[in-house]
Order: sequence, then C-alpha cells, then structure tokens
Amino acid sequence: MKRKKDEISAEEKLYIASQWQLMWRKFVKHKLALLGAVTLIILYIIAIFCEFFSPYDIYERYVKYIHCPPQRIHFFDEKRNFHFRPFVYGLKQTSDPKSWRRIYLEDKTNKYPIYFFVHSYECKLWNLFPMDVHLFGVKKGEMFLFGTDKLGRDLFSRNIYAARISLSIGLVGVILSFVLGSVLGGISGYYGGTADMIIQRAIELLLSIPTIPLWMALSAALPSQWSPIKVYFGITIILAIRGWCGLGRVVRGKLLELREEDFTMAATIAGATNARVITRHLLPSFLSYLIVHVTLAIPGMIVGETALSFLGIGLRPPVVSWGVLLKLAQNFRTVSLHPWLLIPGLFVIITVLAFNFLGDGLRDAADPYK
Amino acid sequence: MLFYSIRRFIYMGTILFLLSVIAFIIIQLPPGDYVSSYIAQLEAEGGGEFTEAEIVSLKKQYGLNLPIYAQYFKWVWKILHGDFGMSFQWSKPTSDLIAERLPLTVMISLFTLIFTYVMAIPIGIYSAIHQYSIGDYIFTVIGFIGLAIPNFLLALILMFLFYKYFGLSVGGLFSVEYLEASWSMDKFADMLKHLPIPIIVVGTAGTASLIRIIRGCLLDELKKQYVITARAKGVKERTLLFKYPVRMAINPMLSSIGWVLPQIVSGTTITAIVLNLPTIGPLLFRALLTQDMYLAGSTIMLLGFLTVIGTFLSDLLLVWVDPRIRYEK
Repeated sequence: MKRKKDEISAEEKLYIASQWQLMWRKFVKHKLALLGAVTLIILYIIAIFCEFFSPYDIYERYVKYIHCPPQRIHFFDEKRNFHFRPFVYGLKQTSDPKSWRRIYLEDKTNKYPIYFFVHSYECKLWNLFPMDVHLFGVKKGEMFLFGTDKLGRDLFSRNIYAARISLSIGLVGVILSFVLGSVLGGISGYYGGTADMIIQRAIELLLSIPTIPLWMALSAALPSQWSPIKVYFGITIILAIRGWCGLGRVVRGKLLELREEDFTMAATIAGATNARVITRHLLPSFLSYLIVHVTLAIPGMIVGETALSFLGIGLRPPVVSWGVLLKLAQNFRTVSLHPWLLIPGLFVIITVLAFNFLGDGLRDAADPYK
Repeated sequence: MLFYSIRRFIYMGTILFLLSVIAFIIIQLPPGDYVSSYIAQLEAEGGGEFTEAEIVSLKKQYGLNLPIYAQYFKWVWKILHGDFGMSFQWSKPTSDLIAERLPLTVMISLFTLIFTYVMAIPIGIYSAIHQYSIGDYIFTVIGFIGLAIPNFLLALILMFLFYKYFGLSVGGLFSVEYLEASWSMDKFADMLKHLPIPIIVVGTAGTASLIRIIRGCLLDELKKQYVITARAKGVKERTLLFKYPVRMAINPMLSSIGWVLPQIVSGTTITAIVLNLPTIGPLLFRALLTQDMYLAGSTIMLLGFLTVIGTFLSDLLLVWVDPRIRYEK
C-alpha cells in the first residue's frame, strides 16, 4: 500500500487532493500566516498552563519592591566573565535627592542565578491539581522581569495569568457569536420571508448603534455585586451581542447564493430533510469562510474587553486581564514614570497582529480562485 | 430612484423608532429609578429629607407611576418637544450638555475624516501600482500595526513620547488659559496645536483599513481588460490610471462615507477619555459611571440616529454615483 502511494506523482496528488488538503498547501506557503499561527499557539499554551509559567504568586506583595523596574537577565558579569547560567543582580533601593522618588539600582555584589523547574510557591493547576514546580525562577533573592506594580506584585506573573482571561474571552465570545450568527443567519438565508425580514432588521438595528458606546452602556449596567465569573460571562455576552451580526450576514449571503445551486435542488428532490441539506451540503461549502470570519473577529473582542477593563467598566480586580493591568497606566504621568506598566499593551498588539496575519492567510487559502 | 429613496426612508423611520426603544431600555437598565437616585443624591449633599408625599409627587411629575409603555411614550413625547430630561449629575438639561459638546465632537471627526482620506488615497494608489515594492511592504507593515494597536493605547504611547521628548502636555483640547475663554482667533490657534494627536490617534486605524481597501480594489481593477485595451491603444499611464480604475476603487469609500463619521465618534470615545477631550465620549462615560441615565440614554440614541441618517445618506449617494446599483432594483 505504501509503495503504491509513492508511485503517485506530484501532479496526480494535486488532482486527488481534497479541498482541505489544497487549502493546507496554500496556507503553508503564506509565511506571515504561519508566523501568526505559531505565535498564537505559544501564547495559548502559556495561557493554558499559566500557573506553570509564572514564577510568583500573582497576589503576593513584595512591599520592599514597589514600582520596581524590570530587571535584566545577564549572561556576563561585571568583569565580563561569561556565565552559562543566566542571572539577575540584586536590587539596591535609594531615593532621588530632588524628587524623593524611589530608585532601584543593580547591586553587583549579589548575583541570583536563574534555574529551570524551580520548586517555589504552591498553587493549583486549573484549580484542581496542586503543584509547586514552575518553569523558571531564582532560589534566592527576587527576579521581576517585567517589574512590579504599585503594590509590589510581580508583573511578569500577572501578565501571564492575564493572558488566560484575555485570550479566552475572545474565544468564548466568538463561539457565542458563531452559534448565534450561524443559526440566525441560517434561518434568515434558508427560509427567507418574514423570518429573514425580522432578522435582517434586527441586524441593521444592532449595527446602527455605535459599538463602543453600546458596550460601555451594557457593561456599566452589570450589577457591581456580581462575582468575577458572572462578570466574565456578562462581558462575553455583551461582546457577542454585536459580534454575531457580521457573521449572520455572511451566512445569509452565502446560503442565498447556494440555495439556488443545482446540487441543493438535487438533494431536496432526493428527499433530504432541511436539516440534512443544510448540514451536509450547504455548510461544508462555506465553512472556510466562516472560519476566516471568526479568526478575524477574535482580535476585535480581545481589544473590546481590554478597552472596557481599561476604563474600569469591564473586568475588575482581583481578576487579572491585560485590560485590568493597563488600567494602572491610565494617565501619562504614571506611564512616563513607570513605562513598564505598558507591557500588557504589547501583548495585546502581538495577539491582534498574530490573529490578523492568521486570518489573512486563511482567507487566501480558502479562496479557490487565488 | 424615487421609489428606492422612499423605501429606504421608511426603513430608516422604523430603525429610528427601534433605536429609541433601545435607548429607553438602557435608561431603565440600572436598578432603581431616576427619582430615587435623584433623592439619594440630594440627601447625600445635605439637601434635607424628603417626605413620602413629596416623593410620590416627584414620581408623578416624572411619570414613574405609569405603566412602562406609557412612560416610554411620555419620554418620546418630551423628546419631540426638545426635552431630553435633566442630568442630575450636572443639574442641567441633558440637551444643553450634549449641544455644548456636539460641535467639537463633529469637528474632530471631520478633521479625522479628512486626515484619513488625505493619507489613505495616495498611499493606497501608490501601494497598488507599486505592488510588492519596498514602499508597498513598508506601508503594509505600518498599516497592520496601525490596525493592531488599540486607539487608547496609541493615545497613551503618543502622549508619553510627546511628554518625554518635547516636554509637551498634550491632554485636552485647549490650554488652561483658554478653557473658559470665548471663541477668538487665539483660542482657535491654540486648539489647532492640540488637534494633531487626537486626529492621528483616531485616524490611524481607519487610514490603515482604507489603504488596504483601496489597494485591493485598484489591483482588481487594473487586471481588467479595459485597462489592457487602453494600454494597448497607447493611452498614457497617468491618464489611464486616473480616468477609470481610481474612480472605481474609490467607490467603496463612498459607501462608507455615511457611517464613517459616527464610527469615528464612537472610536473617539475611549481616546477622548484618555486624552481628556471635551467631546461626547467622556460625557457618556461619566454619565454611565454615575448612572446618570437620561444623559447616557439620550447620548446613545443621538449617536445611533447619526449613524442611521448617515447610512441613509450614503446609500442615496452611492445609488446616485453608481448607475449599476440604480438599475439593479
């Protein structure tokens, strides 16, 4: 059997390749899209196992190190000797004689080497499995790679935990709007008539309310005594309320087009039920468009959550998301004193870029005429 | 054309009606009603106690004893007479507050719109005719990054950079000495100095996406046969480019002209809060935080109305400009 496969030439392979194989081939050629995909996979792995990747407990306060700037990882010490094991210097705190601001200087006498798989604070992976191993850390002293906030909490760990909330909120929101969009858009496109009329007007209505003010109004209306979990789902629903409209339109347009095709007619005459026609014959022919649309919708939701939390009407502490962390950097005086508070913004930008690249690549791959 | 306009007009009416319902729902959303919050606020300020009778009469005055649909009609009736309700946070009529900020909001949006077009059209055309050149790649990368940076973050970063390297404090739209001053040439000049950052911040994302759209459309057009025919006939490249393909590529822009303005207003919301601009956005934000719901509801309704009317106008414009759409229906 294996030999037989080898005998098929490359050209023949192209002819017998399925739709998905063809798409995969085109997708792999799109270098930026691959880069985006790899970046996202890494980000999501970090988000899923954030307990393992964060060296410190995110609520632990290091009161001796308030607003401490990011520490640098060194391979060379002050005498230019190379160390195979990277290390950070200890910190010396002084204050600026004029402004009385805290200044942290590197204390070159103390070197803290960084180890992998360090046993440090206790936590529970996914709130289920107790563990104390973390990817890296120092055994003595402290290491704040992204600095600390005004309460002296490690921002590196907080950024990593925030990835879990920020990245998942886009996914959950998109799944919600995907379900809503394909069901309502499907009804609208396949049955037409009154249902179509009502759903299309509803979409037009929702699209005519400016997005950000609508989000703001709805999330400001979430009761303040709600638990973080409830607020989280509240926000995803708010993001999805607007998100499904675009998808609904795409689905409807595609269905209207495909409904008239011969193969649909053939299936109906052969006695297939509506559900079967939709799921077996129509859906596969525009699934790729849906996937592209969804990929491009996720970053919008992530930015939406970030913006809402940044304003203080989205997620609230003790939940950490990138938006919640950015809230610390709300005015530019704080930013000019502590620029590292903007690091979560960098994560947002990288994520959005990666999703855009991936979506672009998928769109090109899904388009058979390109 | 006339029939189409009338049909669109009826649609618009329906949607405006539904928008007002949504605005009303938003006003009703937070727990408690207007009078209770009003009373709570007055009492907190030490305005004395209210008797039961006074509360009942206040509630009657605002029609809170009526069933919900009657409240809605009463509210709409008042709006039609120009009464948008009182903002208890500012102790001013809501309509005054909005009227104060609307001109500035529209002005910033208009400037942003001009900025977007002035930047995007030449760059889009350049990128299309020099496809895959270094310039095209540079603009593509800048465009992608412009799309990926959330507005408010860009605002923060620009403010930080301006503060650090030019020592400029860039918040607000006016310097302190002009805040309360009436309009004069000096105040106007002062405002122009503060305008670039908001315009760049709000316009970047729009510019980036418009460049992509124009580039894509123009590339599609340039591949068409009439272009090849014209070129074969020896039409000069420049004439060839601007006579038809560019006009075609600008079409999608026209269809967006209506809703771009409200979209910019919406996009400015968060930026305006960060940059402390005297526009509608921060007004809405503060109203939502303090549950000043008449103000919030009216603002959202107004923004929605702007969008709907804008879309209506742009649909008409598109039909008028593009005969293919006109004859289709």
